[in-house]
Formats: sequence, structure tokens, C-alpha cells
Amino acid sequence: MTSLAQRFITGCLQGLGSYALLVKESLFSLLTFKIAWRDVTYQIYFIGVKSQPVVLITGAFTGMVLAAQAYYQFHQVKMDTATLALVGVSMCSELGPVLTSLMVAGRVGAAIAAEIGTMRVTEQIDALRTLATHPIDYLVVPRLLAAILVMPILTAEAITIGIAGGYGVGVGLLGIDATYSWHNMLRYTTIPDYAIGLIKSVIFGGIIASIGCYKGMSCREGAEGVGQATTEAVMYSSIVILITNFFLTLLLGRLFHII
Amino acid sequence: MIEVRDLKKSFGPQPILDGVSFQIETGESLVIIGRSGGGKSVLLKHIIGLLQPNSGAVLIDSEDITRMSERELIRVRSKFGMVFQGAALFDSMTVAENVAFPFRRQKKFTEKEIARKVAEALDMVELPGIEKKRPSELSGGMRKRVGLARAIVYQPQIVLYDEPTTGLDPIVSDSIDKLIIRVTECLKVTTIVVTHDMRSARRVGHRIVMLHNKKIYASGTPEDIFASKDPVVRQFIDGVADP
Repeated sequence: MTSLAQRFITGCLQGLGSYALLVKESLFSLLTFKIAWRDVTYQIYFIGVKSQPVVLITGAFTGMVLAAQAYYQFHQVKMDTATLALVGVSMCSELGPVLTSLMVAGRVGAAIAAEIGTMRVTEQIDALRTLATHPIDYLVVPRLLAAILVMPILTAEAITIGIAGGYGVGVGLLGIDATYSWHNMLRYTTIPDYAIGLIKSVIFGGIIASIGCYKGMSCREGAEGVGQATTEAVMYSSIVILITNFFLTLLLGRLFHII
Repeated sequence: MIEVRDLKKSFGPQPILDGVSFQIETGESLVIIGRSGGGKSVLLKHIIGLLQPNSGAVLIDSEDITRMSERELIRVRSKFGMVFQGAALFDSMTVAENVAFPFRRQKKFTEKEIARKVAEALDMVELPGIEKKRPSELSGGMRKRVGLARAIVYQPQIVLYDEPTTGLDPIVSDSIDKLIIRVTECLKVTTIVVTHDMRSARRVGHRIVMLHNKKIYASGTPEDIFASKDPVVRQFIDGVADP
């Protein structure tokens, strides 16, 4: 039992160490401008453009359901016009960045881990190295940079469409007064809320790409290894996003004097 | 010159190489033979720095590469070309993009120059006009040839082959052997071939070393090795299973 626990702890520490080294190498590569812009452009297309449907659908329905739920509660205390304010604040600082990141982690994190994992088991990463190319420069940095650049845009889209969806449900479907709703939303949804959401999305983008790349590059041999790397990339990205979100909420709240 | 000094490597508790030492002169063609799972490919990967040994040294032109970081190794690896057992072509790229890969990263040449060099390399491996095909559209033998074209396109000083004829029919194997000989002679490169194809070993090697029990067991010219009366060497050459 003790040796099993020891092995588990050693494995976790080794994994964290390898992940830290990958992040360190990636930052070194970024800071020394060893960036293949052509690959970055493709990754922006893959992570950004191809994630549009999933992000827009997630944002819209989250805003809509949030408006409906908030309305049912607020209606009991005659605060119907606060509905859109709640939708705005929630979408900007929490639901927009978190749900967008979780959806992108499912789509992009898995794809990154599967692609790099397959390259590893078919010796394509070794081939890269023999062709005097650092795998971090070629595989990790473009994905990391693209995810960091694209996530705030995707999050902003999700927030916007979420608020629009909430407005549609609240005003169009449930009959809340449009003017007061809009006024309250602008009054209670502040620039710091929006800034917090965008800062979080940058960090979450980094988490998704770095964990996807790490899981791909450390994947075990065979189809089972690739499958496991893919699953773990999504699982770890999601968990790390949720945990990081808690600490970021506290930290950024203090920073922007919200909390 | 390449020198391997007292190289030891184990994966977990399992030792793979236990004190392997040998030298390869510039322009020489060395064949490493040995049983499957005997550590031949592991040895080859140490020579290009893809694996780090537990102890020992690999000297490339008197520089020990075993203590180098991945970034320092980039400079040394530009002297090498390597042909992998499964070709390891980038499946997201066309044949031309695969072969041109080293140039795209260097950014020293124009598109026209790159296209000419790619065409020359594909001519060398007798596969002209397949630039636009994808690796998935190629046969096993063609993939290995494209892998070879990619390995030699930037004219390296040393070319490593990891089981170049494994899984190919005798006629394609023969054409690959001829290609290896042609590349060695035309480009004046140092060649290291890992194989258990004895016919191939005899044809392409100036010298053969045999890896057995995690060490270099025998070394000599192809004539010496094939005339050997040592029972272990004999058994491997004749392909006789243990009783």
C-alpha cells in the first residue's frame, strides 16, 4: 500500500516537473521569438474559427437559461428588471470564460493531444528532432500562442451572444421591461467584470494548449496510449481550469476592488 | 568520426546496452546487426542524441553529445540525416513539403530553389514527379524512399538507417540497398545501418558489428563475419532458432 502511494506521488511529481519544463521551454522559445508564424496562423484558424459554432451555441444557451432561471427567482421578490444585470455580470466574469474554456478544452485540447500523441507514437516527433527542429518550437509554441490570442475573442463572443440570448428570453419571451433591464445591466456590469473575464480566458487558453501538448508529447505507445492522452488532456484541462478559476476570481476581484 | 564509449542504457530495471564501444571512420559504412529487441535501434538513437544513456559517451567529431541540451543538439543534428523504420513522414504534409521541411525551417532558400532541391532529392531516390502526393497514398517502399530523400536533401555528413528493408519484398529491399550504396558513394557520407536482413548487411556494409547480450559481440568486414565459425554469429547468419 505504502509503495503504491509512493509510486503515485512520485508519478505526480514527475509529471508536474515535466510539465513545468515544457512550459519553461515554451516561454523561452516565445521570448526568443522562435515562432513559426505560418503555423500560428493555421492554429488560430483551427482553434478560433473552427470553434465558433460550439462557443456561440454554448454562450447563447447559457445566457438564455440563466435569464429564465434568474427571472423565476427575481419575479418572486418583484425584481424582474435585475435579470439582465445578473446575466451580464455572470457571463462576463464567470460563465463566459469558464464555459467557453471548458468547451474549447473538449474540442481543441483533445485534438492537440491526439495529433501530437499520434506524431509521437509514429516517430514523427523523433523525425522532427533529427531534422534539427526543436519540437517545442514547432509543435507547442504555435498552439500555445494561438490559444492565448484566440481565447479572449471566443470568450467575448460567448459573453456577447449570451447577453443577447438573455435579453431575448427576458424581454421577448418573459416580458421584462426592456429599458429598465438594459439600464440595470449597464449599471451593474462594469468594465472590471469584462476585464476579469478576458484575463481569465487568456490564462485558460494557456492551460488548454499547454496541457494538450504535454499530454500528447508524453503519450505512451499504441492506440491505447493516444486514447488515454486525449482523455487525460480534456480531464486535466477542465479540472485545472475550474480550480484556477476559483483563485483567479479571488485574486482579480481584489485587484479590481470588486471583492 | 563517430566514437561510442562504454555506453550503458537501461529502461527501468531492464538493461538494454551494457558497455558498448566502437568507432566509425568518416565515409565508412557500418552495419549493426543483432536479434530483434537486442538494442540496435536504441544504440542508433543514442548516436543522434534522441536518447540519453545512463553512462558512457557518444563523440561526434570529438564532441560528447550525451551531456548536451536539446537546443545544443540542434547544431550537431544538422550533420545527420535519419531514415526511420516506418519512414516517419509527416502525414499532414505532401511529399514535397516533407522533403522540403529542413529548408522551410532554415529560411535560407527561395521557393524556386527549394522546389529544385526537392526534385533533385526525389530523382536521387528514383521517385520523380510525386511531389503532390500524400504519405498515405504511398506504398511502404515508396515511403522509405521519400524518408531517405528527406534525410539527404540538405546533404548531411552522416546518414542513419533504422531497419531500412524491414517489411519490404526482396525486390524493393534490393532497390533500397542499391540506393543506400549510391547515397554513400555519391554524397561521400558516413553511413550507419541497423538491420537484421543479412543479405542487406553484406551488400551495404564496409564493416559489420554484431550486438549480442547487450554488448558488441563481433566486428569485422562482411567477409570476416560471414566466414565466422563462432556459434553465436553462425546461428544469427544462418537464421537457426534455439533448440
